[in-house]
Amino acid sequence: MSGALAVRDLSVRYETAQGAVHALRHVDIEASPGEVVGIVGESGCGKSTLVTALANLLPANARADGAILYDGVDLAGLDARRQRMLRGDEIALIGQDPMTAFNPVLTIGDQLVDFQHHRRDLGRAEKRARIVAMLGRVGISDAERRMKSYPHELSGGMRQRVAIAAALLTDPGLLIADEPTTALDVTMEAQIIHLLRELRRDYNGIVIVVSHHLGVIAELCDRVYVMYAGEVVEGGDVDAIFHGARHPYTRALLACDPAGFPDRLERLPTIPGSLPSLTVPPTGCVYAPRCERAFAPCGLAEPRPVPLSGSHMARCHAVSA
Amino acid sequence: MLAYAVKRIGLGLLILVFVMVVMYAAVFLVPGDPATVALGPRATPELKKLLIERMGLDQPVWWQIVEFFRNALTGNLGYDVWSNRPVSTLVIEALPNTLILGLASLLTALAIGVPLGCLSVMRRGTLADGVIGVLAVSVIAVPSFVVAIYSLLVFAVTLRWLPAIGAGEAGNMASQFKALILPALAIALGWVGYIARMVRASMMEVMGEPHIRTARSFGLPEWKIVSKYALRIAIIPTISLVAVGLGSILSSAVFVEAVFSRPGIGKLITDAVSTRNYPVVMGTVLIMTTIYISITIAADLLIARLDPRVRDVFRG
Amino acid sequence: MSSVAEASLSTPARRRLPMLGALLADPFTCVAIVLVAGFLVTAAFAPWIAPYSPLKIDVLHKLQPPSAAHWFGTDHLGRDLLSRVIYGARTALTIAIVSVAIAGAIGLLLGLIAGYGPRWLDAMLVLTFDSLNSLPMIMFALAIITVLGAGTGTLIVVIAATSFPSYARLIRAQTLALKNSDYILAERLIDASAARIIFIHLLPNVVGPLIILLSMDIPVVIMVEAGLSFLGLGVRPPTPSWGSILYDGYTSIRSAPFMVVFGGLPLVLATLGFTFLGEGLRDYLDPRLQLRRPS
Repeated sequence: MSGALAVRDLSVRYETAQGAVHALRHVDIEASPGEVVGIVGESGCGKSTLVTALANLLPANARADGAILYDGVDLAGLDARRQRMLRGDEIALIGQDPMTAFNPVLTIGDQLVDFQHHRRDLGRAEKRARIVAMLGRVGISDAERRMKSYPHELSGGMRQRVAIAAALLTDPGLLIADEPTTALDVTMEAQIIHLLRELRRDYNGIVIVVSHHLGVIAELCDRVYVMYAGEVVEGGDVDAIFHGARHPYTRALLACDPAGFPDRLERLPTIPGSLPSLTVPPTGCVYAPRCERAFAPCGLAEPRPVPLSGSHMARCHAVSA
Repeated sequence: MLAYAVKRIGLGLLILVFVMVVMYAAVFLVPGDPATVALGPRATPELKKLLIERMGLDQPVWWQIVEFFRNALTGNLGYDVWSNRPVSTLVIEALPNTLILGLASLLTALAIGVPLGCLSVMRRGTLADGVIGVLAVSVIAVPSFVVAIYSLLVFAVTLRWLPAIGAGEAGNMASQFKALILPALAIALGWVGYIARMVRASMMEVMGEPHIRTARSFGLPEWKIVSKYALRIAIIPTISLVAVGLGSILSSAVFVEAVFSRPGIGKLITDAVSTRNYPVVMGTVLIMTTIYISITIAADLLIARLDPRVRDVFRG
Repeated sequence: MSSVAEASLSTPARRRLPMLGALLADPFTCVAIVLVAGFLVTAAFAPWIAPYSPLKIDVLHKLQPPSAAHWFGTDHLGRDLLSRVIYGARTALTIAIVSVAIAGAIGLLLGLIAGYGPRWLDAMLVLTFDSLNSLPMIMFALAIITVLGAGTGTLIVVIAATSFPSYARLIRAQTLALKNSDYILAERLIDASAARIIFIHLLPNVVGPLIILLSMDIPVVIMVEAGLSFLGLGVRPPTPSWGSILYDGYTSIRSAPFMVVFGGLPLVLATLGFTFLGEGLRDYLDPRLQLRRPS
């Protein structure tokens, strides 16, 4: 089974002792099978909360409103048991930090067998055979021996390959990669991106790649959503965003990407100001306090999404189709 | 790993020597010679002389200490002042009863305490968690020998379900098992609470680690996450704390053996203390301290085995 | 480093004011406070509360079950059990408080010396603490009793000797952490005397955690006193002690079971009360401190 994903007006807030933290506000996201969709934004923009919500792993103090429709079913409306049955079957997650993603006192093989929990039709030997095959596919030689290893005996890059193998083993319709290369060094990052690009070819579910790294998104994704302070501010095809960004925040973000500079600079450009409080969200546009193009309506009314060409849209008062 | 073990064992031996030297020194620092104290003021000089010879008190202190260790190395711990039986025989006769009691208590406590701790974690924040927490503190607080006396009153004296005294007939497994139940439960009760709390506390820490989220993201059921993914890590600090606490199982055993007149080490040494039977006290203290230190070292090595990360640190 | 030390220093001081309120918010701590206060009052005013002398023998009325004249009954010598239990509270609490105070003082002194003194002395003291800690306490205790003979004084020595090492270790760790903090370094720069640093700066800061540890050990000490007295190795008869009442009851458990019931009850209530009070203090002041072990 592989269906389309539609996030509709999703808001998530965390109830804390210091008051409610509005981590996500009115987020709309679409993705269809075979598509790789990127989510990009700086730390604290709500990427992680979005991933957690998609994977049904929100902590107990989180309150979610809106809908996450997967194959026509609202995931948020399911009971805990049905949600759990989807995790590791229809929905798989590749974690942020391969160093801590695996249990340190169980062997890789043992954990990968457990992760195929939902495949009741397979025996232990069959599960192990699938693991060997899958480890080979993600480029781990000597798979039999690696299965007997403990996580700390593998390098970071190898562990991330194992994490990818683990996710693919469950044959998910929705694969979420949460900062898949952030914890890796540059060489490893290139290898993992190469691997993910290769694997895309014979995978026909949805892939969501979350990253703060514009290069990773540009290399891997078909479409991309840009997030800021818990909101999606712009979305569209990768080309449209990287070459024809309309939202001032996206433009500023692209201007700050060190990869875009041919030479070494004296100092990296930055966006002045800092993220608004998520406890008391500003009225009007969330980016207005830092926006160089802000004018009268920005501080008063929340901008509505402005449809542009194709799937391109931007939430900005200064943008018109 | 080997170097570590050697260092631990060396330190253990040092502590043993230190303890025995201090004990011998203490005997001689205290006014009044031990023979007079043991026999009372009206003993005949001949009897006193005999006792002094038996205790080896006519030799210089340092010589006594050297003799003690030299004999101990050959398995001779001296002789009971009153019955003149070898102390080593007395200890060997009593030791199994105490070891079985300690082991049975610990296993019972683990068998009940670990699942309770897990249940507490799975139902964290609920009424069940709260009730387990309060019960745990309560059973830790109540002294084991009071539990022993009350259980003796209820199950042995009033209901007559189980024997009140002894360790059961020799060679009769069923009778020995019956005699073990009440003493073992009396000691285990407090440990159930302690282990449940320890497991809960260290499990709550582990449950926040990213690999648990990974296991969750693959849809593993909560019981499996708790019992396999979290417990395997959480049990490691629990084991070391239980090992450190073995000394208090031993002290519980001393009191509980007295309540049930169970012929173990506790009974041997308390009888010896009240009759000032120095060789028996010294020999028993030496043996029990050796066992206790060995168990602590063994527990440390076991932890190294259980945690592959620690294991590699020792290997490399 | 310094920020950690500052944080751990400022926390108790800042939270000290609403302490009683915070403790009273937990129902179990409330009950514990009532129990502990009850035992303290009983111990302090034993002669006025007890209906009879705890030592008055009346063999004609021995082993009498509870009645209007003797609420808890009488023991094998016809002594009033309620009066013995009330005086037993006095024995238990006196020994507990005195021995824990002595152990605390020794621990404080040695811990400060180890933490503040020269390195070689520190190494020696730490080895001593660790050696004593790695002994099975009961064996150590019984060895001391063999040498000194049973009695109240011995009991206090036993408890102080077996418990001071853990206090000394705590104080040493706290002292070491504080010694390197910025404000102590500043004091040293202006040539403050060691005495000034120890008494004005170190002492007030290390005493708090020590008091929690001491309060958590009180129920253990009460239990040790009762247990050793039960074995006949603690308080000498005829001094009333909960442990010896339990022993007297134990020897006539078939004919007068009420004796062990009433002898054990105050012991259970006292250890519960002090344990829950210690738990409350610990949760409030420093939840990271180790949990109490069973006894």
